[in-house]
Amino acid sequence: MKLSRSTVAAVAPWVAAAAVLPLAVVSVFVGAANVDFGALWSDEQSRQLLLQSRLPRTFAIILAGAALAVAGLIMQHLARNRFVAPSTAGTVDAAALGLLTVTILTPGMAVMGKVLVACVFALAGTALFVMLIQRVQFKDVIFVPLVGIVLGGVYAAIGQFFAYRTNLTQTMSVWMNGDFSGIIQGRYETLWLAGGVALLAYLFANWFTAAGMGKDFATNIGVNFKWAMAGGLSIAAMVTAVVVTTVGAIPFLGLIVPNIVTMILGDNLRRILPTTALAGAALVLVCDIVGRVLIFPYEIAVGVIVGTIGSAIFLALILRKSNRYAAA
Amino acid sequence: MITIDALTKAYDETVVVDHVNLQLPDSGVTSLIGPNGAGKSTLLSMVSRILGADAGSVSVEGVDVFKAPSKQVARKLSILRQDAHTTARITVRELVEFGRYPHSHGRLTADCHAAVAEALTYCDLEDLAERPIHQLSGGQRQRAYVAMVLAQDTRYVLLDEPLNNLDMVHATGLMQLLRRLADEKGKSIVLVLHDVNYASVYSDRIIAMRNGAVVHDGPPEAVITDHALGDVYGMEFSVHTLGGDRIAAYFR
Repeated sequence: MKLSRSTVAAVAPWVAAAAVLPLAVVSVFVGAANVDFGALWSDEQSRQLLLQSRLPRTFAIILAGAALAVAGLIMQHLARNRFVAPSTAGTVDAAALGLLTVTILTPGMAVMGKVLVACVFALAGTALFVMLIQRVQFKDVIFVPLVGIVLGGVYAAIGQFFAYRTNLTQTMSVWMNGDFSGIIQGRYETLWLAGGVALLAYLFANWFTAAGMGKDFATNIGVNFKWAMAGGLSIAAMVTAVVVTTVGAIPFLGLIVPNIVTMILGDNLRRILPTTALAGAALVLVCDIVGRVLIFPYEIAVGVIVGTIGSAIFLALILRKSNRYAAA
Repeated sequence: MITIDALTKAYDETVVVDHVNLQLPDSGVTSLIGPNGAGKSTLLSMVSRILGADAGSVSVEGVDVFKAPSKQVARKLSILRQDAHTTARITVRELVEFGRYPHSHGRLTADCHAAVAEALTYCDLEDLAERPIHQLSGGQRQRAYVAMVLAQDTRYVLLDEPLNNLDMVHATGLMQLLRRLADEKGKSIVLVLHDVNYASVYSDRIIAMRNGAVVHDGPPEAVITDHALGDVYGMEFSVHTLGGDRIAAYFR
């Protein structure tokens, strides 16, 4: 039996939510130190561990995963190319470059200040990418993300040059590889900002869908194309900047989650945005749990796990409907 | 009434639309014809504010299309252009629902749902409503876009070469649909056509352009003539009356 798309779309967010909830519970339970949840009310130490380490970490994972997936969804839509995401449009590298600039020039700046500078860099870096792909008409859709990856490589090279001179190469590699092990209360709260921005994206979802249909289409129904582009890219840049600053980049996430969700549910952003966010959270929860369990009591950084699983899925995506993607 | 006043557009040194003054009626079918590069599509794009003008103005029922809020204009006129690069996987119904955006801002009301259902019925798309548009044939997709502008419920419907890539079955079907929109719903349909015979058979008025200027303007009897068509296209035509229609032959 083939279910109609609208039925699937109506059920999908609940299915995704039903996946996130138990994963979140498992995520809270897994860890090097044993938490005795039966004695939570009597044991001060267990309670502290839960409130200061486990819960913040789980919140951080959910927020980062959800926000990055939403950022990827908006970017691939606005660029009208399914391979465009924060990691393939230079956004992540530009954010890291911004972060490096702050670290070198004003190392003492508060976290919010760092996030803002990283966001400005991410936005400028992505805007340059968008200008490039609008100027040049590519015959093959795969060239668009290739341009983004090359551009990101340029940003990264500039960063590496200055990082090497200032002994910050190790810090830089931390930003490029997501890891939740350092998350404790007081070190993750900026991620709520990413979550809030992703929520904002939901309100303007129709703008982004319309803009993704083309400039003429958007203008016809009274949507300002330029504002939709600027707004969408700002949201993506902000999310990327926050995630890179607080936990480090999570490769492939913004690419594979939107691709899988849109493949099943179509491209009406308002309808699929909640599912995308929840699926992003679920994937990062799974990867983080795997990373914590595999070499217990040690940890593998979540960026490595997502990167490994993500690249495999990404490859499958390209090889599977490659014809339709190429024709698109 | 759409009033076009001294509308001009130039790319570098080339003037594409040159001080065009026109009034487009508030009902009926109006066709724009002329050779490639005459400025028809550019004119239509400016009238629908998709393209900015270098000089001149356009007003729809007194509303300046360039200055008024885009959403206000979107309730008065709609524009359909060929956009080959639609990769979005949305269903016909979702596409038609976008036509309600200027009215509802994305929160569909009961009126919206009624308008969407009516548009789907009118364009004979009920069976295709849940199909993704990228799976449709060219003719079906064109009909889906027409249903969208129908749901948008604007008095003026502008179409830029809507018959492109359609075979004669679908082209004739679409022209019949547009004619019905004008006759039954009192809409003003303005379209760019390359086939002068479709223009001749279905239009109330034909505007012929050449080198960015309007050179002939009137009912089919006035524009579909050996002389006028020869003047517009710079080649020989022989116009015949067949079953009450004026048909131009230009194949030899």
